[in-house]
Amino acid sequence: MTRRAFLAAASISALALGVTACSSGSTTSSGGGATGAGATLTYWASNQGTSLDNDKQVLTPVLNAFTKQTGVKVNLEVIGWNDLQTRIQTAITSGSGPDVLNIGNTWASSLQATGAFLPYDSAAMTAIGGKDKFVKAALDTGGMAGQDPTSVPLYGLAYGLYYNKAMFKAAGLNPPTTWEDMVAAAKKLTVPAKQRYGFSLAAGSYTENVHFAFINGSQNGGEWFDAAGKPTFTSDQNVQGVLRYLDLMQTDKVVNPSNAQYDNGTKAVNDFASGKVAMILNQNNADNSIVSNGMKSSEYGVVPFPSPSGGQKIATFIAGINLSVMKTTKSKDAALSFVKYMTSAETQKTLDKPFAALPVLQGETPVFTDNSVEAKTFQDIYATMSKPLPLVAAEDQFESTVGKAMSALFAKVATGGTVSAADVKSALKDAQDQVTAATGG
Amino acid sequence: MSAPTTPRVTSTPPRPPTTPTAGTDTTRPRRRRGRVTSRDHRLLPYLLLAPAVVMELLIHIVPMLVGIWMSFVRLTKFFLANWSAAPWAGLGNYRLALDLNSSIGAKLLQSFLVTIAFSVAAVVLSWGLGMMAAVALQQPFRGRGIVRTLFLVPYALPAYAGILTWNFMFQRDTGLINHVLADNLHLVGDRPFWLLGSNAFTSLVVVAVWRLWPFAFLTIMAGLQSVPTELYEAASVDGAGNLRSWRSITLPSLRPVNIVLVLVLFLWTFSDFNTPYVLFGTAQPPAGDLVSFHIYNASFLTWNFGIGAAMSVLLLLFLMVLTAAYLIVTNRRSSRA
Amino acid sequence: MRDTSGFKSFRAVTLLLLGVFTVVPLYAMVTSALKPLRDVQGIFTWWPSSITVSPFVDMWTTVPLARYFANSLVVSGFATLASVILAVLAAFAVSRFSFRGRSVFTTTVLSTQMFPGVLFLLPLFLIFTNINAATGIQLVGSRLGLVITYLTFTLPFSIWMLVGYFDSIPRELDEAAMVDGCTPLGALWRVVLPAARPGVIAVAIYSFMTAWGEVLFASVMTNDANRTLAVGLREYSTQTNVYWNQIMAASLVVSVPVVIGFLLAQKSFVAGVTAGAVK
Repeated sequence: MTRRAFLAAASISALALGVTACSSGSTTSSGGGATGAGATLTYWASNQGTSLDNDKQVLTPVLNAFTKQTGVKVNLEVIGWNDLQTRIQTAITSGSGPDVLNIGNTWASSLQATGAFLPYDSAAMTAIGGKDKFVKAALDTGGMAGQDPTSVPLYGLAYGLYYNKAMFKAAGLNPPTTWEDMVAAAKKLTVPAKQRYGFSLAAGSYTENVHFAFINGSQNGGEWFDAAGKPTFTSDQNVQGVLRYLDLMQTDKVVNPSNAQYDNGTKAVNDFASGKVAMILNQNNADNSIVSNGMKSSEYGVVPFPSPSGGQKIATFIAGINLSVMKTTKSKDAALSFVKYMTSAETQKTLDKPFAALPVLQGETPVFTDNSVEAKTFQDIYATMSKPLPLVAAEDQFESTVGKAMSALFAKVATGGTVSAADVKSALKDAQDQVTAATGG
Repeated sequence: MSAPTTPRVTSTPPRPPTTPTAGTDTTRPRRRRGRVTSRDHRLLPYLLLAPAVVMELLIHIVPMLVGIWMSFVRLTKFFLANWSAAPWAGLGNYRLALDLNSSIGAKLLQSFLVTIAFSVAAVVLSWGLGMMAAVALQQPFRGRGIVRTLFLVPYALPAYAGILTWNFMFQRDTGLINHVLADNLHLVGDRPFWLLGSNAFTSLVVVAVWRLWPFAFLTIMAGLQSVPTELYEAASVDGAGNLRSWRSITLPSLRPVNIVLVLVLFLWTFSDFNTPYVLFGTAQPPAGDLVSFHIYNASFLTWNFGIGAAMSVLLLLFLMVLTAAYLIVTNRRSSRA
Repeated sequence: MRDTSGFKSFRAVTLLLLGVFTVVPLYAMVTSALKPLRDVQGIFTWWPSSITVSPFVDMWTTVPLARYFANSLVVSGFATLASVILAVLAAFAVSRFSFRGRSVFTTTVLSTQMFPGVLFLLPLFLIFTNINAATGIQLVGSRLGLVITYLTFTLPFSIWMLVGYFDSIPRELDEAAMVDGCTPLGALWRVVLPAARPGVIAVAIYSFMTAWGEVLFASVMTNDANRTLAVGLREYSTQTNVYWNQIMAASLVVSVPVVIGFLLAQKSFVAGVTAGAVK
């Protein structure tokens, strides 16, 4: 009798385990016919909106319209940036993952090197509407030079210098056009006693830090990788560029040392929107956050991030989100037709506003803001004052090593230490060594 | 598996001679011999073990072996999709991890030393506080039950809830800690950073101890219950003060408990992943760079799984050697005593 | 220990220090959960500017907390149930039988605890997807995969705890039952288990707490539909704001089941844990 009771308990648990397995979501897709109709695609979207739920709400009607058009169902999952890279890695390792996914466009070359993503050869390009429909600078980020790209642009983003109009007017300042002007303006607007600073930086965020290492280095004419793909982090131009950015907190003292704790851009944007700082450096999708924190869009203006006098006019790297297809997809045609749909002018117009994105298609006007002056400024920045982050396989390691080195340097400055050019060079050398080791060089 | 909310053990602790517990029959020694081995039940133990063995193989043993294999190959992003074809690296990954001249090796060593310092500090403090509280609560008093329950709450909270709260409290401008230090007590002029710089180590220890000491408290308290009160009465008749009693009666009686407790606490804190992960997020300060997170950083965040695996194997070897040494030393002492 | 005045002051000081140390973070957590957002964005205040329960209301919508809660309950519950069953069977075998491979089993199982969890992640993922490909049982992106992972994580310590506890239950009880005609399993069910109740409760609590609080594997093995609380709580830092008051409110709510369960059963937990150490 006891044995029966025991076996009963065991079988109930087994059954229960089976039940929990059945009632969970699925990450595999089912194949479809040659035209793709009747197939199901799994799509991993990144967090572009105000929350993961918000992304879902924005995308679902767009995806439903696609299903109506083509009969292809799309299983959507929105993944936060914290987890996206790890999820992609595990998908690549196991060979089981989504069909289509968003990637940060700076990851494109690194991911291409894994060989797990479908190259957009001429046939595939035609299937998605042809490569000429894209802004060339944006398309260039799709992969390494000389190879078929493994991703195409989906949303465009660019950095701009946001400034508080009222504060500038009250101090009799014009929006800055050179780095020196910008620092002078920031100094004038910094009143530490009132907790008012010229700038707020996400100094604890390795992604933000490396972006500015790149931009400042490029303004000096520096390169982070040579033609052979070997890292050249320690060049003088790069060292000086990084030091210049660190000096905003260190010698210019226009940044609150507490910013060294800001591990994402949101916190800096909050400071700007609540009037604690006069300027921030952000991608154009800051508009949503600024407005939702109570500042009106007429209260701030945007200019390109200025270079030092005599430096190259680089105001941003070409930021944005690209769309990739995994090689392991069972419904290639459906996936490509989905990519075509997502990069079509109509879908782009629908999505650019809630996701505050710049158009990646030629000839389109930005819709992410109603402020036409701002829209034009960003479009100019994106098209004429931008440079792609290094298109090499080790790009992601460049980001994490250099970015983290800078976070550590900011922390040193914030806690009372000093950072010299030699310190910067040595930190960049460490980063360079790690990248060399990781690429088997 | 790094889950410091829960006790873990890494080797069978030596079974001490039975200490007579008050109220039990002390005339019958426990026997470990005399297990059932009759022919009828020869298969039964294997059947009983089978489900556990299958699970262990599937989730622990086989992945561990795969992990060890990973340490001998160059498994970077280039081979991730085709991982079985990753090129053999022999001891290359190990050499790189141990090369103190390279930044990778030097950083690993530094992380290692930070972790040792952290574990020692956290274990000493947790054990100390646990002992103090267990002794203080040894005698009943009004409200003892409530106090005891309250002390257990930090341990019972899920890890992330407690650590998130401390993160909130350690914020430089808006946190409770700086508010108290600067505004209420006027102890410091300039608000210090707690999540950056060298203070990060202190923060890490504080958070770890907050969550850990109740477990030490619990274990020691339970151990104290089996110390017969006659011993204390006899000692006080002989004129021994409280401190003397503690040194001569409490500590020796708790020896078997303490041996295991300290080992468990140390292994726990040494491989702690959750605390730095939740406390510092992506902005990991070097002063708080614990080795478990360091390895995660070296593998997942840089796509270099081969070297991450090598570092893990080195960590494993270190812990095994340490545990073995600890058990030998404590065994020898107790057989001499 | 005698109740001297020295002891009394020692006790008072200890209780005060440890009391403050324990309570202050809990106080911060509770009051922050009742504060409006601007309170937690500014300098810390000991008392809310206005007491509001809106964090407790809003937290269910900012993040799909209810779904995560349900997922955590399902995963932790089943992992606990399965872990207890497997551990009881295995511990019974180890405690009551001598057979070949017994010491190999115990040593191997316990040494698995030393391997850093981070390294299991990728290999485990590989194994799960291979099983999926071979048998069609889905383990990644399903609650089943998490259940299996968690129950195995908690098995070694559970087995060790229960072996210690079973060992302390006199064999005579089993023998008496078997003389009466029970099989060994019957003896387990009828006699040993009831006597070992504190140990079993301890194992159950330990397993539940482990599964409830695990972060790393949950973040990789789940997708939107079956995400657990441990991962879900991170979503309160969104692109626009860090909702600290909601984070505190959610932390409170998700802690309640575990804390209450633990406190109710603390005596059994203590007895179970120390059985292996003391006896």
